[in-house]
This record gives sequence, structure tokens and C-alpha cells, in this order.
Amino acid sequence: MKFENKTLDNGLQIIAEVNEEAFSQSLGYFVKTGSRDEVPEMGGVSHFLEHMVFKGTAKRTAEDVNRELDELGAQSNAYTCEDQTVYYMSILPDQQSRAMDLLTDLMRPALRNSDFETERNVILEEIAMYDDAPPYGSMEKCMESFYGNHPLAIRVLGTPQTVSDLDPEAMRAYHHDRYAPDNICLVATGSVNFDHLVKQAEELTRDWTPSGFKRVAEPPSHGIASLQFQHPPAVQQYTFELSPGVSRNDPKRHAYRLLATVLGDDSGSRTFWALVDPGLAESAGMFAHEYDECGILGLFLTCTPEDTQSNWDMLVKIVREETDKSISERELTVAKNKICSSLVLSSERPGNRLFTVGNAMTLRGTYETVEDSIENYRRVNLDAVHAAWKDYVTQVGARVTIGPELGVLN
Amino acid sequence: MTLDLAQRGAGDRNSRQIVEDLDFMGVERSSSCSTFHTSFSVACVADALSETLGIYADMVLRPHMPEDEVEESRQTALQELLSIEDDPSQKVFTQLKNVRYGAQFGRSPYGLVEGLESVVLKDIVDYHQGRYLSDGAILAVAGKFDWESLKNLVENLFSDWNSRENSPSELVLVQAGVRHLQHDSSQTHIALAYDCVPYQHVEFYQSRGLISVLSDGMSSRLFTEVREKRGLVYTVSASCQTIGNQGSVLTYAGTTGARAQETLDVTIETIMSLGDGISEGELSRLKARVKSALIMEQESSSSRSSQIATDWYYLRRVQNRKEVLAEIESLTCGSLVEHFLKYPPRCWGLVTMGPEPVVLPDAMVSVKSSMVNGSRGETR
Repeated sequence: MKFENKTLDNGLQIIAEVNEEAFSQSLGYFVKTGSRDEVPEMGGVSHFLEHMVFKGTAKRTAEDVNRELDELGAQSNAYTCEDQTVYYMSILPDQQSRAMDLLTDLMRPALRNSDFETERNVILEEIAMYDDAPPYGSMEKCMESFYGNHPLAIRVLGTPQTVSDLDPEAMRAYHHDRYAPDNICLVATGSVNFDHLVKQAEELTRDWTPSGFKRVAEPPSHGIASLQFQHPPAVQQYTFELSPGVSRNDPKRHAYRLLATVLGDDSGSRTFWALVDPGLAESAGMFAHEYDECGILGLFLTCTPEDTQSNWDMLVKIVREETDKSISERELTVAKNKICSSLVLSSERPGNRLFTVGNAMTLRGTYETVEDSIENYRRVNLDAVHAAWKDYVTQVGARVTIGPELGVLN
Repeated sequence: MTLDLAQRGAGDRNSRQIVEDLDFMGVERSSSCSTFHTSFSVACVADALSETLGIYADMVLRPHMPEDEVEESRQTALQELLSIEDDPSQKVFTQLKNVRYGAQFGRSPYGLVEGLESVVLKDIVDYHQGRYLSDGAILAVAGKFDWESLKNLVENLFSDWNSRENSPSELVLVQAGVRHLQHDSSQTHIALAYDCVPYQHVEFYQSRGLISVLSDGMSSRLFTEVREKRGLVYTVSASCQTIGNQGSVLTYAGTTGARAQETLDVTIETIMSLGDGISEGELSRLKARVKSALIMEQESSSSRSSQIATDWYYLRRVQNRKEVLAEIESLTCGSLVEHFLKYPPRCWGLVTMGPEPVVLPDAMVSVKSSMVNGSRGETR
């Protein structure tokens, strides 16, 4: 494995983790804009734009784009989250230059008015699809309540209202500002010819000009409300609680993740044995997630409405009150082994490494080998995990529960 | 429930020790029941293979089946049923299986509330003794291992597994049918099925190629017609499924109520358009996709091992990459159309779930199965 890093004059950063032994290559443009970089009235614009990127460019129609992606034999897709919009494909190494030509062209979409209306319908269908699927938007509702007026409260998909109101001109301005080379990182993993990649990127992005866009990342003030919603077709009850965690730049983040794994992983954790293994709940656990300036330690529970109160009480007792049952060395080692083994297993594929390497660079400005990542977890000691626990229990969370009826949870 | 209880203590370990030991080694794992099989699948770092396989041999051969955990198994199974109940896109397929395959083969592996509530420990023990047999069992391993050591290991772990003969699988028959589930949802969820040749059929790659034209990639016909041109859906897809001797094409689309009928109509028109011709471009894209998928599959030991097991079950041998590539290379536009006309979509099954029922055209309802199954057709 060899790490390569080069920034072009226009500000476009290009990085690669080259593995000449790999059978394939993965390429991705990581654009540093997501729902957290939106204004509420234009909620969902990053995601809508991600859809529009596939609708053609000055050189290519939408059919050309779809056809060429398939001609490359590529596994390709895109996603939008709070922090970024990512376009990626996995290809055979001999297709590198063709794939680069297409993927780079996509970053300059035509954004035609006529495509805009059709795609708006597709996105409204996507929102409707998630409305029908568990956990019925409860996580989004909880983010709204937890983050209040902070931009992390904005939904990635937007709402039917903001998507219906969105205007193509505003999207063009947004694209111009955010898809500038100084706000994008080109990432490649696997069997990559890095010199060719840089040379081709230089040629293809010669006309791209920097915009100087910088994310505003102000720490949020956290909401602590407990809210209930009714979704009559549901048979189960879905509950989330979000509490403050640590940011992705905080050195304590590995300890927080290990804490969440010990207490609330989907196998072998304290909540697993208390709630999932006995069949009291379909799922129950804890997770950690980080953003630039803040983070989350979250709890979740899915079970029948009748059992929700007693299960929730038990869940809270396990993660918040049972401080007398301190975490053992064995529990910590198991948590480390789980996380590290998963890092090793997922590194088999360049397609998986793309996201690990790309996210580390675009979100934290660093490169880590698999061994570095493992070491970051290995060196966390019990004191650090207990300290994370103590931080956690002093905080109050925001909670949302949704199910067939109201009034199931105090 | 047998699968769940088998994991709650086996060999020298109780339930908690099994989970702790597997977690300690960082073993990623899953287990499932399908129409004909119970399967365990694991991914672990190479050093952990021998101990991991030992634990799984215990679960299969020497489960404790603890009586005091039957109730917990039952509750877990009931929870799974509820989770399907809440997910329309899963529920339509559970129902479609029932419509298409009838009472026996169309049963959900998750069971029904009444069934789960009546199971007692003796049922589970009897089921384990009668069904967890070495005859017909398959162990597939891919990744970093030494073949000779693996053979010795498996010999040691499994040599005393009984070799009593398993009863042969019965012939799977399908039937046409339509079912609507009234549901207060935003979208109408549409699951559609029709006959195709099964995995073991000599012309399977023709059927698979047609699915590829229909649904693989963003230039596929369903994506283009249903989503790109008309914006009717976010999700539309088709896939091949083989249950025993029977092949099926399954399609799914989800759309808001008022557009459901149009979505179904366009989906069926698009399927039938395969008979009008396949373009050279479609053929070359399908070949490119298969080629890269086969090469990339080597980068995932998990997908490789499951492919090996599938091949062994249906073909009694493992196909190598060259062989599959040759099959794909031999496809032509003419052969695909010819295959479509020889085995046209028949025996349609439709399940919809949502605010309004959707109507399957009359001509589709009456066409019965053409019986294009492996045991009656030519197997490869």
C-alpha cells in the first residue's frame, strides 16, 4: 500500500491508497457539502443536486451518462449525508481513464429545467418510501428536536414542502459555490495509476475555479424534549434518544465508540444480553456518531408498544445508572477486537477502503492505514472509557418515540 | 426456532460463552432459514478459522437446546415477525411467496404467530435430530487457508456426524394469483413474479441476461422507463430467484397511490418489450458488467464462499470464472430474444400493499405455468 497526495493549482486535492495487488480500483469525488451546509428553506438541495448530477452535462445527455456508467461495467452510485456528497464507482483498472473522464464531467452537470421536474417526483417518491419504512422518520424527528436551529437539524432528503418549493436557479448558485475544486477531494483506492490520475484531473478541471467556500461549524445548543408521535399503520414502537457525544476531531472519540460497543452493540453487549437475547425487544442499543464540532451518543429501542416503558427503563438503567458495574478489561478487549476485526475484514475491498480513506481526509484531514486505525482503538484504556461514561451520564438527551398509539412512554 | 436455540449453547459452551468467544475473535456472522436450507455464515480473520469452525460444528452437531431458553427463542421469533409486519417492502414479498408457491413451499421461514406459539422443546429436538443431517449439508470456505489443514480440521470436527439419508426434495409447483393488502401507507408497494428457468437449467444465463437488460444498472430498461422517463418511482428492480426446481423473476416498485396502476402497466410493458429485440449496446453492457462483477467477486471471500455453496447445491460442482465468462460471451441479441419467446413470462403473481388495489391485466391472470423447471427441462 502506498499513499499519494497532491493538490492542484485550482485547489482540487487528489489522494490515493495504491494497492498494486488489487483486482479493481475505486474512484470517488467527495464534495464537502451536505444537508448541514444548507439553509432550512432549501432543505434537501444537496441531495436533490446529487440526483441532478446524473441527468447529463454539456457533453452528455442523461441517457449517455447512464449508458456509459454501465459500459464501464462499473458499480457506481452516490450518496448525500449531513457532511458531504459522494460520487463513486468501482471499476477494473484498465477503465481508469474512461471512468475519470465520465466522473469528472458529472461534477459539471447541465441542471436542465426539464429534468428538474421529473427528478422532483422521484425525490418525493423517495421521501414517501422512507415514510412507509421503519423507523418512520423517528431519527430525523429526534435530530430536529436535539439540534433545534442548528443546521444539523436539517433533513438530508428535505421535506415534501422544501423539495416542492426548490427552484433550479437557486440550485445552480448552490452548485457553483459548493462544487468548486477547493471544496472537493478526488479519492482513489486499489490498483490505481496515480500519475495518470493527476495528469488527467489537471486537464479535465483546468476551467474549474475555486470559490473559497468554508463550512460554518458553530457548536449547537442541545434540545432535551421528549416527544411522541403517532403512526397508525405501525405495529411496533420505535424510540431514539440523542445525547451529546464528542466531535470527530476529539481524541476521545475512540473511547466513546468503544463505550457504545461495550454497552450497546448488536451482539454480546450489555443491552444485547438484557433486552435482545431474551426476546424482549427486536433491537436495543447504543451508538456513537461524530460531526465537525459536536457528536452524538444515541440510544435506540424497537419493541411492542406494551413493552416499551419497561424496556426503556431497563435500557436507561443499564447505560446510565449501573455505574457500580464498571466495565471490565475483558469487555473492553472484546469491543476492541470486534471493531478491529471489522476494519480488517472490510479492507479486503478497494470499494470499502475508498470510504474509509476518503472520509478520513475530507472530514478530518488525515490519512490512516488500517494498522493506524487499529492502533487508535488498541491504545484506549479502561480509564478513558470510564471517563467517557462519566461525561455521558451527566448529559440529558432528546427523545422521540413513534408507534401506533400515543402515551406509551413517560 | 431450532436455528436460534442451536446458538444458545453447544458443545462446551453456554449461550453467553458462544457469543463472547466469537466476539472475542471478531467473527462477523449471520444465520438464516430459507425454503430448503438452514445456513450459518461467518467471516473471520484467517487465524480464527479453526476455533470458529469448532464452535459452529458444536452448534450443528451438539447443541444443548436448553429448555429454559425456549421461551426466549420464541419471543425473538415473534419480534422478527413484527418487524416484517412493519416493513411493506418485505411484507409484499412474504405474501407473494405465499401466493405463488402455495401452502407448503410458499410458507414464510419466519413462521406464523400461531405456529410459533405452539412449538415446544420436543418439536425442536425432534426437528434437529431429523433434519440436521450430514447428507446434503454443504461447507464452503473461501479466503486464506491451507487446503490440507482444512481437510484435517473438518475431518476431526464433523467425522461423527450421522450420514443417514435425507429425504429428497419434492417438486416445487407454482400458481398464478393476485392479492391486495389494504394498508394506510404513503406508497403502494408492488411485488410481481413470473416464471423463468431455474439456476440449474442449461439456458439459465439467457434468463439472467434478460434480467440484466431489464434491471441491472442505470441504463436498464426498467430504470429508464419507470424512473428516468416518467419519474414514477424511486425504487424499481427485478431479480432472479430459484426455489428448488423452480425459477422466478421477482420485481418490485413502490409509488404513491395515484400512480400505482401506471407503474404496474409500464413495468409489464417493459418486461414484454424484451421480446421485441435486444440492442447490441445492451448486450455489450451486460457482458461488461458480468466481467467486472466476476473479477471483483474475488476481492470478497464472503461472496465467493456463498457462490461456491450455491453452485454445489444446484450443479454439484463449482464453476470457475472462465466457464461463466464463456457462458456470458456466448450470449447474442438473437439468443436472448429467442429464449424470451421460448420461455415467455407466465404464471404471474401480484401482491400489492397500499391504499388502493392495482389491477393485473386479464390476459396475464389466466396464463398458467409453463413448467420451465430444472427437473423437467435440461439441466446444465
